[in-house]
Parts: sequence; structure tokens; C-alpha cells
Amino acid sequence: MAFERNPDLYRKDWRWQEGDLTVTRTCHWSAPGCHDSCGVLLYTDKDDKLVKIEGDPNQTYNNGTLCMRCLNMLEAVDHPDRLKYPMKRAGERGEDKWERISWEEALDIIEENVRRIQKEYGPESIVGMMGTGRNCNWAVPLITYAGFGSPNFALGFLSGDSCMLPRAAIGAAVMGDLPIIDAAQFWPERYDHEGWKRPDYVFIVGNNPLKSNGDGFLGHWIVEMMKMGTKLIVSDPQLTWLAAKAEIWLQGRPGTDGALALAMIHVIIEEDLYDHQFVDEWCYGFDKLAECVKEWTPERAEEITWIPADKIRRAARLFASGNPSSLQWGVAVDMNVGGIPQAHAWIAMNAICGNIEKPGGNLIARDAYGMVLSYPYGYDKYVSPEMQALRIGLDFSPLHRFAAGAATAHGDSILQCIETGKPYPIKMIWFQSTNPIANMAGEAPRVYDAINKMDFVVVVDVFKTPTAVAFADLVLPAAMSCERNSIRGWWTPTRAITKVSSYYEAKSDEEIVVAVCSRLNPENFKPRTDLELLEEAVENGIDNPPFTYAELTKMVDSWPERPYGMHELGLLRSDGQPGFNTPTGKIELYSIVLEALGDPPLPYYEEPRESPQSTPELAEEYPLVLTTGHRSYEFFHSEHRQQPTMREFHPWPLVEMHPDTARKYGVADGDWVWIENTRGRCRQVVHETPTMDPRVINAEHGWWFPEQGAEEPSLFGVFDSNINNLTNQCVTGATGYGAPYKSQLCKIYKCTDENSDVMPSKQVTELGGFKYDRIQYSDDAVHDNTNEEVLGGRKYVY
Amino acid sequence: MSIKDHGLLINYDFCTGCHSCEVACKKEHDLPEGQWGIRVLQDGPREKEDGTWEYTYMPLPTTLCDLCEARVEEGRLPTCVHHCQARVMQFGPYEELARELSNMPRTVIYAVK
Repeated sequence: MAFERNPDLYRKDWRWQEGDLTVTRTCHWSAPGCHDSCGVLLYTDKDDKLVKIEGDPNQTYNNGTLCMRCLNMLEAVDHPDRLKYPMKRAGERGEDKWERISWEEALDIIEENVRRIQKEYGPESIVGMMGTGRNCNWAVPLITYAGFGSPNFALGFLSGDSCMLPRAAIGAAVMGDLPIIDAAQFWPERYDHEGWKRPDYVFIVGNNPLKSNGDGFLGHWIVEMMKMGTKLIVSDPQLTWLAAKAEIWLQGRPGTDGALALAMIHVIIEEDLYDHQFVDEWCYGFDKLAECVKEWTPERAEEITWIPADKIRRAARLFASGNPSSLQWGVAVDMNVGGIPQAHAWIAMNAICGNIEKPGGNLIARDAYGMVLSYPYGYDKYVSPEMQALRIGLDFSPLHRFAAGAATAHGDSILQCIETGKPYPIKMIWFQSTNPIANMAGEAPRVYDAINKMDFVVVVDVFKTPTAVAFADLVLPAAMSCERNSIRGWWTPTRAITKVSSYYEAKSDEEIVVAVCSRLNPENFKPRTDLELLEEAVENGIDNPPFTYAELTKMVDSWPERPYGMHELGLLRSDGQPGFNTPTGKIELYSIVLEALGDPPLPYYEEPRESPQSTPELAEEYPLVLTTGHRSYEFFHSEHRQQPTMREFHPWPLVEMHPDTARKYGVADGDWVWIENTRGRCRQVVHETPTMDPRVINAEHGWWFPEQGAEEPSLFGVFDSNINNLTNQCVTGATGYGAPYKSQLCKIYKCTDENSDVMPSKQVTELGGFKYDRIQYSDDAVHDNTNEEVLGGRKYVY
Repeated sequence: MSIKDHGLLINYDFCTGCHSCEVACKKEHDLPEGQWGIRVLQDGPREKEDGTWEYTYMPLPTTLCDLCEARVEEGRLPTCVHHCQARVMQFGPYEELARELSNMPRTVIYAVK
């Protein structure tokens, strides 16, 4: 490097003094949230006020770099709209009238309602929900299990659990674990780690890692590997910057990556490009896989995916030629009804190419030191077997029951449970760090109706969200990351999150766990402070963490030993034998587990339920394929909209379309356009780009407008630009996993004064919503997925 | 050596357009809405005749850029260099930066001050 930093200013201590300022070396997670935890230096003044944030150059996870959201942290922490005190509703739901109360009074209200509902309906009638990938991953489950005594913890009505959980479930079923790309992130010395090599090819499917940073993987690590010579193959309906740099960009029809996967496997097997030794030693069911992809020629896949067959062939050949190649997969794999079989296919493709557990390939990821601070935390300790049997969606599918993270109740089933009262009524929802009517629920107006049926709703968050104004009977202020003691334990390293400042009466997620659980369940729930809770979490680490929480704070991070070839070393199975943690000890291309559960044991392709191919008549009225959910640097899902700096960069929701598409429908760059389908409509601003397929448009999610009115019918305009007016609930794969957020049909037309008279927020909150038939699961679908009729109706294409 | 002898090297081949330099600069210099010390310009995406795509970001220091002189005097890097997510920026004496160019195509050195 041309210029070195002064090591006295960037120390490896955990805390030091710099003039009047105290510098604390720690990491950030949420709030505001993301999926990573970069090393940060937090500068506080003598009043313990955060005055500056910098990236920590001595944390090799991010090497001092930060994204724009962390760089703008002070704007979040000091934002005048932050929730400062507990508040109870002083008017009707949907009004913005509140009364400030104390935490003790809030706990009284919680206890009174929880006790009443437990007595009248049973603990199972209380549901706890959270948003994606935060460090309340264990807090909200704990409150649900230990506080309410309910088995029903879920993500915020997320349809089909379709964020990582399908990949985690199928990974657990067919290889015992979840594989992630090896960017040397398992070792503090990173790219200098002995034995590590950069992959020859990274195949990116279903995500733009630079913006999404999914699953503990910092997307810009891919750029580091590109500098070392790694080449890319990218499957994405939009031209990302990475796609523009790729050897091959596969621009497919949204929702059809499953067909792409089968065709790539077809090429790799037919042209004998696979790793015979790895297949012989470590894969099970190769012949059956070969048989099942036999008919999946690239030409057949081209008809489905719109990707030219020769490009599919080239992509398969390049991927197979890498020594190694690796797979960077993302949420779009989950967000279609065929999420499970598609993920199975990608695992199979990667496995037969021999990339698993190889340097620069894909490595099995487990939480460091076995500290699983996630959905199952406390489930068996606090929820009785009788109560566990009542978990909603438990009977949806055997895979859902047995899969990793299985303590999650099923979002669609909870919705249906609320709507029908079967098998039992839901009376209370506790929302913490989730704003489901903005996202992650699909079919937002339907979810709005459902939540309004609750007797009692609590919202815990950092801002007064549309969800809080619409439904909350009680609002509790959450602390931001710099205001909490916590742990980042999701993969590696284990990192301490250290409290440096406070904000009025906001409490951290951990403090809220302690306050609620020690009030509701004082005999069984022992921790009495956040620090006691964290020490207990460290003690619960099954691989003996070599530190206490207090020690970890001063260590800043801790990296467990992590050799390559864990399956060869006997480190994956509880019996200590070599092999993967599956019945055969191998990666199951043909899955013994799925077969036993009555699910299709081989990968297959499932066409989106709504598409030009499956519903051609519908496509006549709604001719455009709609994909949603792509990310931007400025926002994490529905967060950050109140920060002026983020809105300066990204003021309005954008819908991307080809200039020909815009012309065809009489709109132009910068116009507001209505996006509509059978379920509803919303409006966004046209962004023309020649990189889109003219048959596809790409709309943003998560938009609300904190600068607009809070009270209904406005609700900060949450429904006006809400692409989830058009998405589904209760349309999932047969396993209950996978939902079609990424592939709908729609039409567009220019916004005019005449057609904008009734805005969607008014339509939803005052006029009973959009009129259409809401899809329900049939009883068969819910209770018996081995039923031939149900399977037949799902369009499996072997 | 004075800061006038120091420049900014940017390997724009790998600039991802993530805005970190822009926001870091705004915060360091407390710049109001609409003001920038460094701006990320964009060329493309545009399909070339061979079917590949031109899609380039190019950070451009503005007249407000002072190379974070106060930071540099303390022994810190300019904040854009420190925080660049793609790690494509370097700060240093021109001669040292110039030596980097020979094996780093699509790179510029800015003389700012």
C-alpha cells in the first residue's frame, strides 16, 4: 500500500482513549440491520454520546471498509423520529395517538394480556414474529418460548419461509449442512490462509451479493477474488455490475432457474465433465440423477428460461472446468414455488463438480463454537412436547418439521389460522424488528386484514413504523446496535457487540428478553440482566467456546479452528465417522430423507403458478413478468427510508424496464406508473434500462414514506408503492417452502389524476382492500403432502 | 513531504458504485444535501458490438476535496480510501502510486491539490 495508517490510532485493544474521545472496537449488526457484522470503531464523547464511526482496519472481516449505511450511522442513531419511550395507544388503531408510559406499566399491560390469552385460549394463541437476519434471531424466539410459552415463532408472515430457510432445509436433508462460498472468511489471516486458493469461477445465482450481503457473506469479497483472477458466471434477470463483468451473463425468465440448473447438470454429465472421484466417494444416487436430467437438454431449458441453449452449455462447461468453482446462491433460489428442488439441483451440480469442502469451493458453514443464537434457541428448554405438537404448520410437511431451524412456525399457515380460526384461534402477535405490511409478508392488504383481527398487538422497533401505527396496542423502543451488548455468532468469527451509548428509554433486544421473560416466567427463566443472558448463551455453545462473554468483549472476536475437508476428518457427524451428516454419509443427489418423508427424492423443475407458460390466458391481460425484491445499497428492506442521506441517493421507488417496454405502454423515465395484477396495484417511478428483457419488469420492495402522514388512510403511504399488493400468500411448494415473490404477472399503465383518485393506502385501510378471491391451502395440502392428487396438481416436471 | 506531493489512485476497473466514498466524505466534511467532495460517475450499462457490456463507475474528487488533510496529518487515510468497499483507492506520494500503474490497467491517479 502506498500509505500506512498510524497504528497508534488503529489499535488492536478493545477500547482506548483518543484525546477527549473513547474509542471502542466492536462490530455492528442491528438496528439498523443487515446480514453482516462488520468491525467498527465507535467514538464516544465524555457524555457517552456516539460522535463518529469508522471501519476497523484490524477486523479482517471487512478490513476497515464500510457500506454507506454504517457510514451514515449517526443519522440513524440521532434521528428525531426515533422511539424514545414505551407508549400505549390512546386512540383507535390506525390513529396516531399515544400515551407515554413507563417500562413497568408496559410490562403490566403485557402480563395482563398474555395471562388472559394463555388462560382463555392457551399459550399457542400467541405468536412472536421478527424480520430477517437480525440479532434478535434468538431474542424473539426466546420471548415466544420462555415468555409466552408458545411454540409459534415465525418470520413476519414470510410466505414459504422463503429466505434462506428452503436452502437450509434441503441442505440439511441432502448433505446435512448448508454450504457457502469460501472467501477465506473462516480464518483471521483471510486470503493468506495456508491452502486457500481463489476459485477459478464463481457462479452467482439468485442474488446481487454486492448489495445484499446475504447470510454472513460480505459481497465485496467477490471483488477481492476477481482482482486475483476469479471469473464470474451470473444468472440474473437484471444486468448487475457483477453480471456486466462476468464471462457469461445468463438473463433468464424470473422463476425458472430450476430448469437452468437441470440443464447445466445435463451438460456436465453428458459431456463427462464431472469429478468422478468425488462422485464415487462422496455422492449417493448419481445414476438416478443422471437419468432424471437426461431429458433436460439445454434446448428444452431454453424454451422455459429464455436463455439461449449455447449459453447454458458454455456456462456448464466453464463451471465444470474450474478447479475449483464455487456457488454463490441467494434468496431468489428460495423465492419461487420450486425453491426446494431448485436448491437441491444446485447442491447436486456443485457436488458432482467436486467443489464441496475444497479450498476456494463451497464450505460447510456452522455457527462458530456451536453457538446457535437462532430460531431454535430455548425451544426444547422452555416449550413442552405437548405444546410443541401444536406448532402451526408442523403438519404442513414432514420436511418443514424436521429441517434446520425447524422451530419456525409456518407464516402462511399462521395467516390462514388467523383467517379461519382453525385449528385454533390466534389472539396476539408480538412483532419485533419487523414491519410486515411493508415487507416481508406477501399480499400485504390481506395481512393487514389479518393483523387487525388480533386482540392484542405489541410492536418493538426503533421507529414508529406503519405496522406500529396500524396495529400496535403497545409500542416499545428498541436500542440500536451501538446501544446494546450482544453477540454475532452467525458463522465465523464470534464477535462481541459492545454497548457504548444509550438512547432515552430504549432497551436492547436482550434487555427486552430479560424484562419480559423474567416477568412472565420467573421460575424457569433465570437471567436477570442482558449480561447474564449473554454469559448463558456462551455457556450453551456446544463446542466449548474458549471465552466468557466478558472476555469476548475484550477479545473483540474469536476464530475457531476450521480445517478443510471436514467430511474426510470425521468432523461433521455425531458418530465421529468420516462423511456428511446424512443417512448414507454422502451428499444425496437422490435423497433418502426426502424419499422417506414422501417428497420427491430427486431435483425437479416446477413452473411458476402464474406465468406466460402456465397461465397463458391470464398473461393476455397481464403480459409482463414481474420480479421484485432486488436490493439497493441505500436500504435494508423497509429500513433507512427516514434518513435524508439515503433518500438523497435514492428518493423514490423505482421499477426497471426496457425502453421498448416503456414506449409500448406510453411511459418514460421518471414517470409514475401503476403496476397491477389480479390482486392489486401500486405505483413506482419508471427507470428505463436497456439491460432488462422487454417482457420483464423489476420492481422494488419495502417502500414507505416516513415523511408522509402517519394516520390511516395514509400509514406513511405504505400501500401506495407496495409491490406486495401484487404478491401472494399461501402459494408455496408442496413442502410449505418456497413462494413466488420473484415471479408474478402484471400490467403497467401511466399514473394520471383520473386513475390516481383512490390511492392504494385508502383502498386497503378504508375501502376493504382490492376485490379478488384470496387463495387458501386445501386441507389436503396442509396435512398430507404424500397425497398423489396434491403432488399431481403441483406440476412436477421430471 | 507535503500533502501536495500526494495523490489519489483509483483502479476504476473494480469500482462497484457502492457510494461508500461519497457518504464517507459527506460525513467527514459535514457536507449538506446536494454537496459532494467526491462523486461517483457512471458510464453505461451499454451493450457493445461484441455482445458484452460497458458498465463503469468512476469516482471523481470535486473542488471540495482536500484529501482529508486533517486526517492525513493525524496518521489516517482519507476517509474515502479508508472505507472504499472494493478497496480500489490508494493515497500516497505520486512516485509510489505511479509504480502501481504498470500492473493495474484501467487506473487513474488524481492530482487533487
